[in-house]
Amino acid sequence: MKIIYTLLIFGLMIIGFSQLSSCHNNNLNIQTAQYAVNGQKLYRAHCQNCHGGKGEGLGKLYPPLTDQKYLSENRNKLSSIIKYGLSGEIVVNGEKYNQAMPANPTLTDLDIAYILTYVTTHFGDSDSTFTQEEVALGLKDYK
Amino acid sequence: MVRNVLALAAASLVFFACESNSKKLPIIGDRDTVEKVVDGKTVIDTIYPTIPSFEFLNQDSVLISDKNFDNKIYVANFFFTHCPSICPTMQRNLLKAYTKYKGNEGVSFLSHSIDFKHDHPHVLKSYATKLGVDNDQWQFVNGSKADIYGISDKYLVFTKEDENVAGGYDHSGYLVLIDHNKHIRGVYDGTSEEETEKLLKDMDILLAEYK
Repeated sequence: MKIIYTLLIFGLMIIGFSQLSSCHNNNLNIQTAQYAVNGQKLYRAHCQNCHGGKGEGLGKLYPPLTDQKYLSENRNKLSSIIKYGLSGEIVVNGEKYNQAMPANPTLTDLDIAYILTYVTTHFGDSDSTFTQEEVALGLKDYK
Repeated sequence: MVRNVLALAAASLVFFACESNSKKLPIIGDRDTVEKVVDGKTVIDTIYPTIPSFEFLNQDSVLISDKNFDNKIYVANFFFTHCPSICPTMQRNLLKAYTKYKGNEGVSFLSHSIDFKHDHPHVLKSYATKLGVDNDQWQFVNGSKADIYGISDKYLVFTKEDENVAGGYDHSGYLVLIDHNKHIRGVYDGTSEEETEKLLKDMDILLAEYK
């Protein structure tokens, strides 16, 4: 009887650990994880109203932030979208959206780096930090 | 052992049954009293605050009135389509209620736009469609500043044109539950998920009054 219990507990532990490591957020290095935590706070304050707590968007008004393809193909434009806003039609997850997004001129490069690290690692499939240098470059290229 | 568990289960069943049966939503707002003479005797009657009659243009450019909400319970709120702050969250939460009661003729929704300059019917129509509203159970209306801001007071919702806030209008994000007698039976913070859950529960409780 005791052996069965021991085996059962052992089995559950294996399942628990494998689930932990399958969640990609636990594989982030410390810097990326810190950026993402700071980014989540800023995301709640500046983005969550429209884009939702899970990046799910709202109907066809506000696009979701979960389209891996959009995030990776437009990675160098993301900083400008946050800082300067966006207008005109875009296609996300195969759906058309055409609602102007307001600019966020008060956010610093570091703020944007935090937010984009959170968005690209938690809603997208990235596992690396969105650096401040990357933000500065993006803002320069897409004014 | 088994008997104990069964007894506990039975007891909790009775407990929960009592709780759901006895609950009745209060009527909210400052009440007034009047003295009346009935059969030669003076009696005191309570007057509950009531949503007055109204007429507004909806998203299909049709004039709707309080009559459209007769024999229904409805949830009212105040928003504007390009609101950058609380509205998206509030409408996301109200959409949960709309989705839950879609097709139930005893339930309606009424969103008043406080942006009387910009939110014309076609703007409201486009907004409603994109939000996912595809029947007339959820009405989006606008009207004159005096009418909309005047009625927001009756719903106990604060609204104000203010160029110092983002979007140009200041307002609170309450979802207000109204019964068949146009009385306010619940007020919920539309930006909070927990309060929205409470609204959904309370709507069931209120609907049970009319079964």
